[in-house]
Amino acid sequence: MNDKTDSSHEVLEFDVLVIGGGTAGPMAGVRAKEMNPKLRVAVLEKANVKRSGCISMGMDGLNNAVIPGHATPEQYVKEITVANDGIVNQKTIMAYATRSYDMINTLDKWGVKFEKDETGDYNVKKVHHMGAYVLPMPEGHHMKKILYRQLRKKRVSVINRFMATRLFKGKDGAIAGAHVVNPRTAETAVIKAKTVILCTGAAGRLGMPTSGYLFGTYENPTNAGDGYSMAYHVGAELSGLECYQINPLIKDYNGPACAYVTGPMGGYTANSKGDRFIECDYWSGQMMLEFYKELEGGNGPVFLKIDHLAEETISEIEVILHSNERPSRGRFHENRGTNYRERMVEMHISEIGFCSGHSASGIWTDENARTTIPGLYAAGDCGSVPHNYMLGAFVYGAIAAEDAVKYCAEHEQCEIDSAEIAAEKARVLAPLQVKDGIPAEQMEYKIRRLVNDYLQPPKVTKKMEIGMERFAEIRADLPMLQANDPHELMRAMEVHFILDCAEMAATASMYRTESRWGLYHYYVDHPDTDDEKWMCHVQTKKGADGLPECSTRPIEPYIVELDEEEMSAYKKLRVSDDDTTETAGV
Amino acid sequence: MPLIQSSSRAPVTINSEACIADKGCTVCVDVCPLDLLVIDMANGTAVMKYDECWYCLPCELDCPTDAVSVEIPYLLK
Ligand SMILES: Cc1cc2nc3c(=O)[nH]c(=O)nc-3n(C[C@H](O)[C@H](O)[C@H](O)COP(=O)(O)OP(=O)(O)OC[C@H]3O[C@@H](n4cnc5c(N)ncnc54)[C@H](O)[C@@H]3O)c2cc1C
Ligand code: SF4
Ligand code: SF4
Repeated sequence: MNDKTDSSHEVLEFDVLVIGGGTAGPMAGVRAKEMNPKLRVAVLEKANVKRSGCISMGMDGLNNAVIPGHATPEQYVKEITVANDGIVNQKTIMAYATRSYDMINTLDKWGVKFEKDETGDYNVKKVHHMGAYVLPMPEGHHMKKILYRQLRKKRVSVINRFMATRLFKGKDGAIAGAHVVNPRTAETAVIKAKTVILCTGAAGRLGMPTSGYLFGTYENPTNAGDGYSMAYHVGAELSGLECYQINPLIKDYNGPACAYVTGPMGGYTANSKGDRFIECDYWSGQMMLEFYKELEGGNGPVFLKIDHLAEETISEIEVILHSNERPSRGRFHENRGTNYRERMVEMHISEIGFCSGHSASGIWTDENARTTIPGLYAAGDCGSVPHNYMLGAFVYGAIAAEDAVKYCAEHEQCEIDSAEIAAEKARVLAPLQVKDGIPAEQMEYKIRRLVNDYLQPPKVTKKMEIGMERFAEIRADLPMLQANDPHELMRAMEVHFILDCAEMAATASMYRTESRWGLYHYYVDHPDTDDEKWMCHVQTKKGADGLPECSTRPIEPYIVELDEEEMSAYKKLRVSDDDTTETAGV
Repeated sequence: MPLIQSSSRAPVTINSEACIADKGCTVCVDVCPLDLLVIDMANGTAVMKYDECWYCLPCELDCPTDAVSVEIPYLLK
């Protein structure tokens, strides 16, 4: 498709269309072909599958490995239930946990190198509050190469440099395909498919990093919230959008700081006095609230402390942090003359976003990765399985593919209304015709600045209402979006995605009139947690008036019971006053 | 309202002496997740066209001739 730029409107057809070729996507494509090699399976990628997504450069380790002998699936389900303040569909977490170990073994067989001990067992570390789940990958930089080899081997069709802009449904309400555009040629196409698996990652360009650099986000900025917006417009339910993702990062640098790497080696988060103030560095909303309070309080800002460690340990940390996930980190520190041996490293909190990989905001999915639209699946950061991380993206990519393959056997391709296709094509190409309009960059800057001003916690009703008013003004400006070339056209389409996500974030936040998940939903007008009323999911859908509409969804009965003591584990994160000077090991 | 251009300092520099785009190489252009690099046909070298960099480094590490250098963007350097 890449070299056929002459035809202005091509139609392709597949059984399984995977949108997004980062982490969950390649796994979904490979698994679908393994299940049935005769099926026509494609992975569509806005960038190039060789280096796309969160793991483009590799990864430091598995954050949530459930390995026999170190943790049980039941223990893991408990851990995530507590970390997510009870608002979980435990079945979805259990489906992940029971398949976690097999997936690690599959990756191991494919050539991914995990840390092992002398006896050849996986070398698991403890970072979470209760169990041990962190498995380092000191040579994690080969990840994408290994996935690419599998895509070739299993003969999955790969369509690089095409971006999905909207999904289509058939008359009966089941999924029918997607509209795509090429960011280099502006060629558009329609891809018909019996099933679509959304693997488009987080909504990473929602808030603005404090540096003001639009692409200095924690998430890979190709992930602008595309999947969230496409699911919304096709009528799917989204869940937990008020449970933002906010992460502790190095100040001005978008690398994690990084509890998972330095924690097990003796590093920790400290205040300006060098004192530890949180018991557990595992990323949760409760931990972020303590982080935020310290940051804004008299003992702020917050630092990563490793200057007390032995030289060998510091060198080892340096090698991992400066070579795998975010390898430009070394140059960032060098520019500022920061040496881990000599001083603590200043930290800050990230911009807000949607992501189930680290938090719980996603397109509603069940334990088979099904959304509320027949034939439409979501996996990875854009799905709704909380704290799912990289291994969860792999496992749910596989789960979605397995269910999609079964669905294909039982369903025919739905027809797509040609008027709908024409309308979408006109919407997508419009910015190329506009003269003296508004550049995508300026409109994006404005939306994201307003997100910071009015949506980021502490959340306040009046502020969010003002935010909504300003977003409506920007929505009225959308016809003025101007693109001078196909690349700018891609950014213009992303502006649509970002604006949708901003409105959904505000609406879902105002709907849940309580505070929950620590900083993620710290609602000043409603400071208390109200289990009586709000022990339920908040769902967001496109309403009849074209604006987001919320409702509640009851929590499925737990399959793993927790007692009071266990439920409150994450509430005791602050180091008590008498031992704030006690800074010995984890 | 008319549009005006404003300039910004590109975080990615390509050493045109070392770059072999004139021999058909497009590696850095292919791997950039944000699609920021292009081949300047007239000069036979890759160049950065858009300042939207995640400083993630595939362009630099995958270049066969070490022609690419990525700096941290000025705003956050
Ligand atoms: C800096 C960082 C460090 C992390 N560290 C760890 C760690 O150490 N351990 C761990 O377990 N997890 C870690 N995570 C989390 C983990 O990487 C993610 O949860 C996981 O990779 C998400 O996979 P995904 O497939 O959902 O998204 P991604 O891998 O980001 O893939 C999404 C893909 O979709 C494509 N796409 C987006 N929109 C469109 C569109 N409209 N059309 C076509 N394609 C599109 C994108 O280009 C991208 O390739 C980290 C994440 C980040 C950002
Ligand atoms: S990868 Fe290197 S040699 Fe190839 S085009 Fe880019 S800069 Fe030139
Ligand atoms: S550092 Fe990453 S985003 Fe920047 S030009 Fe290179 S590949 Fe592209």
